[in-house]
Parts: sequence; C-alpha cells; structure tokens
Amino acid sequence: MAKHQTPLLDQLETGPWPSFVSDIKQEAAHRAANPDGVDYQIPVDCPSDLLGVLELSFKDKETHWKHGGIVGVFGYGGGVIGRYCDQPEMFPGVAHFHTVRLAQPSGKYYTADYLRGIMDIWDLRGSGLTNMHGSTGDIVLLGTTTPQLEEIFFDVTHKMNTDLGGSGGNLRTPADCLGQSRCEFACYDTQDLCHTLTNDYQDELHRPAFPYKFKFKFDGCPNGCVASIARSDFSVIGTWKSDIRIDQDRVKAYVAGEFKPGGGSHAGRDWGKFDIVKEVVDRCPTGCMSYDGAKLSIDNANCTRCMHCINTMPAAVKIGEETGASILLGAKAPILDGAQMSSLLVPFVVVEKPYDEIKEVIENIWDWWMEEGKNRERVGETMKRLSFQKLLEVTNIKAMPQHVKEPRSNPYIFFKEEEVPGGFEHDEAAYRQRHMR
Amino acid sequence: MAFISSGYNPDKPMENRITDIGPRSFEEFYPPVIKKNKGAWDYHEIVKPGVLKHVGLSGDVVYTVRVGAARLMSVTHIREICEIAEKHCGGHLRFTTRNNVEFMVETEAALDGLLADLASRKFAGGSFKFPVGGTGACVSNIVHTQGYVHCHTPATDASGPVKAVMDDMFEYFQSMTLPAMVRISLACCLNMCGAVHCSDIGIVGIHRKPPIVEHDRLDNICEVPLAISACPTGAIKPAKVEIDGKKVNSVAVNASRCMYCGNCYTMCPAMPLASGEGDGIVLMVGGKVSNRISMPKFSKVVVAFIPNEPPRWPTLTKMVKQIVEVYAKEARKYERLGEWAERIGWEKFFELCDLEFTHHCIDDFRDPAYYTWRQSTQFKFTKHIEA
Repeated sequence: MAKHQTPLLDQLETGPWPSFVSDIKQEAAHRAANPDGVDYQIPVDCPSDLLGVLELSFKDKETHWKHGGIVGVFGYGGGVIGRYCDQPEMFPGVAHFHTVRLAQPSGKYYTADYLRGIMDIWDLRGSGLTNMHGSTGDIVLLGTTTPQLEEIFFDVTHKMNTDLGGSGGNLRTPADCLGQSRCEFACYDTQDLCHTLTNDYQDELHRPAFPYKFKFKFDGCPNGCVASIARSDFSVIGTWKSDIRIDQDRVKAYVAGEFKPGGGSHAGRDWGKFDIVKEVVDRCPTGCMSYDGAKLSIDNANCTRCMHCINTMPAAVKIGEETGASILLGAKAPILDGAQMSSLLVPFVVVEKPYDEIKEVIENIWDWWMEEGKNRERVGETMKRLSFQKLLEVTNIKAMPQHVKEPRSNPYIFFKEEEVPGGFEHDEAAYRQRHMR
Repeated sequence: MAFISSGYNPDKPMENRITDIGPRSFEEFYPPVIKKNKGAWDYHEIVKPGVLKHVGLSGDVVYTVRVGAARLMSVTHIREICEIAEKHCGGHLRFTTRNNVEFMVETEAALDGLLADLASRKFAGGSFKFPVGGTGACVSNIVHTQGYVHCHTPATDASGPVKAVMDDMFEYFQSMTLPAMVRISLACCLNMCGAVHCSDIGIVGIHRKPPIVEHDRLDNICEVPLAISACPTGAIKPAKVEIDGKKVNSVAVNASRCMYCGNCYTMCPAMPLASGEGDGIVLMVGGKVSNRISMPKFSKVVVAFIPNEPPRWPTLTKMVKQIVEVYAKEARKYERLGEWAERIGWEKFFELCDLEFTHHCIDDFRDPAYYTWRQSTQFKFTKHIEA
C-alpha cells in the first residue's frame, strides 16, 4: 500500500517513454522491502514522500521546496545545495533533502564497478534517487540530510577517489563531448583538456571567489554536441586550419549508393537517390565546393568549416590535419539581461598539453572579471557592459574582422586620448582666433 | 537506525581529510576497443535507429546502442544498467549529454543479444526502461531542469512535461524520418539551468504575476538594497510600511515594470511569485547550437503562454506535435526547424503551424527589440492580413 495516494502522478506511468514515477515507486518498494538489510541513514520512506510532495505540487501547480539554505562540507563553498520542504509535517521523509553534486568523469564513461560504488554510498546515506546527470554535467545525488554530508564526502573521497562538483559563484564542473574517444570529427582531445583544467582549477571550483558562476564546456568540433556555445561562459570548440581531406574513391562510393549519406541519418524516409550536388555542393553555405561528375573539389580558403559536407559523407570527407580550437566567451541563460551565446575571442589555438596558452586566456579573463564584474554578473554581461574592446585589451588579443559578423553601423566611436593628435585638449585661444564668437 | 560513521571525525575535521582531487580520470573507464582506437576512428554509420557503428582505421568496429532515459533515476535502476553493462559490455557504459545511456559491443551477435535484452525490460507501470533510439534525423531525448521535484523557483514542472512530450514524440525518437534532428529542451524558469535558448523547441516555464511582498518579515530576512538591485527593470524601490502602528523598512514593486523574472525572489525569500493560476509555459522554437550550414541561432517565442496542465500537459504536447509534424512535412532534407522557418518566413511559419500570433510575440525588451522588427516591404501575404 503506497504511503500517499498519487492519482495525478499515476497517469505518468503509462505511455512508452521511461516513467520516472514508476522508477521512484520501484525505489520506494525496494527500500520498504530492504532485501539487503541496509541500515538506511536517512528516512527509509523518502522516495514515497517525494512522490507525495510532487503530487501536491501537481495539484497546486506550485513547488513545495523552500528557498535555499546554506549547507556544505568543511572547507568548500560549493557542491551541496540546501533544500527544505515547505510541508515538513506532511512529508517528514523529505523535510531536509539536500542535493550533492559529484564531479563526473570526462566524457561520462563509467564502469559498472564504479557506479555501483557510488550507488552503495547513496543507498546507505541518501534518498536512492539521482539525476544522471545534471544540466551542467555533474552526477546529482538528490536528497539527503545535513548530518550525512560530511559522511558522504568522506566516503566518496576515500572509497571512490571522487570529489564534489561546483555550485554558487565559482567554476562549475566542466563538461565535454566524447571527442576523439569515439568520434572521427573531434579536432582535439576534449576529455584530456576537460580533465586537466578541472584538476588544475580545483580551488576555483570549490571555493567561491567569482562574481557569479563560470562554466567551461569543450566541443570537439563545430557540430557542438555539448552545446558549449549556448551553455558555457568559456566555450572551446574544435576546428582546423589545413585543407579538408577528401577520399575521391569513397566520394564515388557515396554517389553510387555504397555508403549512405549521413551514415544513414535520414534512412527512415525515402528522400530519393543521394544527389551530391543538391545535397552537399549546393548546401555549402560559402559556395566553395564543386563536383564535376567524378571529382569533388573544395576551395579551402573560402571554407568556414560548417561540417555539412563532413557530416553528410563522413567516410569520404574529413577534417583537416592541422587541428586546434576556437575559443568563444560569454554564453548564458536569460537572467538577467537576456540570453547570450558565446562570442568568438580566439579564432584558432593549438590544443596541446599542458594547455598553457588556453590557461593564459582563462586567467586573464578571470582577473579582469573578478576585478570589474558586479555581484551576480556573468562574464557575458560584463563584456556587454564594458565592451568587447575591453575584453580584447585584458586578454592581449588584437582586433580582427573575425571578431564580428559585420562592422558597427553607428559612428559613435570611443577613441582613446592617445589615438587623437594632441589628445583631447583644444587650443581655445587659437580656435577663437580662427572663429569669431 | 544506528548512525554509521564513514570514518569522519567531527572533532577533527582535517584529520585524514582528502580534498581537491577532482573527478576520476576518464582513462580508467574506457572500454578496451575505445582505448585502442581513440583518435583513430575512420567513419561511422547508423545501422538502424539508435544503433551506431564506428569503424576504426585499425579495422576495429564498435556498435553503440543508445537508449533513452529519464534523467531522474533510482539506485535500483542504475544497478540494473550496471547489470546490463556487465552481461553484454564487459562492464562498460556511458551517458550522453542528453541523458541517454550508451552500451557498446564489438560484434553483431553481441548487438542482437543486447537489443533483445533491452527490449524485454519494462517498468511495472508498463513503460520501457531502455527504449533504443535518438540518432540521426530524430527527436532526441529532452535535456531539462529540476522542476517541482527539487527546485525552489520553478514556474512549471520538468520531469512531468518531459515524460508527456516524449510519450507523444516516441515514434520520432525511434525513427529517422525528419528533415534533420529536432532537439527539445525544457527549463522550468528563466534561470534556465539547462540554457535551452538555442533549441529547435525550447519549453520554458514563466511566471505572470509580480512578487508578493511580505512586509512583516522582509527587512528581517533580506538585504533591502540587494532586493532592489536584483531587479533588471528597476521596478523595485525602497518603501516604509506601517505594521501594527510601527514603521518598517520594506520595498514596493511597480507591477507594470515587472517582467516576473524572479530574480528578486532569488535574492530575497520574502518576495515569492509562484502562482498556480499565473504560472505556465512559453514555447520557443528555431534555435540550434550546431554550426552546420547556418550559424547557431536563438530560439524564438511562438506561443507566449500555455497553462500548466498536470499531469500530462495536453495543450503543450499538442502544440509540440503540431509544430514537429508541419516541419516534417514542409522542410527540406537537412534543414533544421529554424532554417526552415527563416526560409519560408516567420509569418508563413505561424500560418502553416496554425499558431496564433499575438502582441506578446513582438519583442519589446530593450534595444535588441528594434532589430527584430521588419524594416522592409518584403513580406508574404498570409491569413493574418485582412483584406
């Protein structure tokens, strides 16, 4: 017999898509039966109470979680988010229900052994419910009590050799696509860069010293599978400099139908025979391709590396061999000043250990933003407030046409005093000699 | 319950303490075939919906089976995922950015066994535990935020609408019939933990009522200047209010300037703004993050308000389906939703998708608004223009 009646939530058990309601019920039943004899360290029935409070929210169409609360582990300023229910008497199992963020391994590869280790800790000391994963990328452990926080931290560091993730005004847990580990498009080792910077900046990740949150994301190519251009303050997106490599025999094989376009990405519908001119050459945004019936040619100097030809014929058309990344800065969600995407700052950087060139850009930005950023101002907003020119100045990067989609269409130009002959001072007397009042 | 110590000594918190170790190295978790072929993959194919085949320059092959998942998952469910990984994949697995689970095998025989096993597993309520799909020209899994499950500022739920929309989109998740991929994302308030502002279809929770001001406690629990400076439109000013004959410091909200962003509530718990009747969903479409063909784009508001209708959000699911189906019928091969809308013109988009265009869809937020108005005589005649 369920602890709370949940007629609204029960309607989310039907339909083909995996039902989180069924899953929470499964966990509630497991904890009630307790086949492994676990001495649960927080209320056994917290999954049932979570369903109860969620049912109430479905009825009221309002959340029943209270405003924050400062909890954490000694010496860290992030990684745990305090959460309290506003109906603790009805739902005592979730009265105190804090979130713990764990740093996920780059690329989100796991072994069953490792995940089981984390789950054993969370079964014993938490709600038995998780998010795999949170929006930023962490393993999110969903709901525990204050006395368990230090115990969980001790267990994950000692038994699992794993640390907490970020929260608050600090570096958030960086995230990446799977990169070269299983993708032929990747222009650099996203996982190594992500892992290295995560470890190099542990202090910034755990101890809030920033005006607001700061996110790194690493995409291996301009397809942007980890959405760094929209979801991270500091977006590193793989790209290349040298010519796109073409295997003309395989191009012929695509034309002949031996390879499916897009690797078969559109195979569910009859789009007709693959037409290389219509589907690739004519769709090239810069018009830098041609096909003469036997040979595919690319005018590489005019290519902007959009990936379309490579995505469509992955076996025949490949990224250039001289690879690196572009760095873009300033993406954020709408709060406060409207949503932003990242803007191109460094068109091309070679991505090589120990990544000093990239770290120099990061640290110059942080120094500036920590000095100039207002409380709760994302770096994208600081850029808008103080200008892109200021960003170039603090990062020692020269202005170039790649930085803009088009030059400014207003003439309200701020000149520096030293750029104007004689500075900003006029010779008033001489002026009045030339012009009568 | 007896308290079980981890070994942590509260009297000596620094004793035997390990900190700043970061995540485990990714190198420990690679399946052998991934480790061996890293950086040396030749090409890939999608064998069937949800099944990728990557071929290495070495000639090695790895099949990846992608399964959809609710990102809210239990310990029991994750242990089942581990069991599957051990049974079929040498104990290895991975998760994707969009909350899918991926199982990797090296032979077709192993692939068939894995697929059969996955198909057989269902939750007690009848839904699939491990639906295979999410590749190519499909509706991929929804990335989303926390919602009523665990957040203090949502204007809608997350897991509920996601389940309802994905049930409705299930055939598109399991097939590759669309002109291009359609990425749906959900954020339960404007904070957009998931930053969904560049999605083909963005589902965003919004409030519509200015905050309550709890004068009797505001000055005790909030910093008045912080609450005032939190407001992006300058709608909050300081105020003296009389309570039981006593003057107290508080704030006043200019309702006509409020855009219900909730940033004041984030700074001051005495200014809640959630409301069952006021809150709901904005539908934004046409965004993307990929640089393929056209540059990344923001999503645009096409439905300014959809009420919250738990448990299955029927108006929302109907509108999403309507947009996806018209897009599927009208767009050209490889054309993303936003590219299609731009090619035909947004006026045509509204007409074809049978969506009402209201004054709410015209931008009036600061300078960028002007650049979205039409400084041209080029437009298409649609039913919106009366004779």
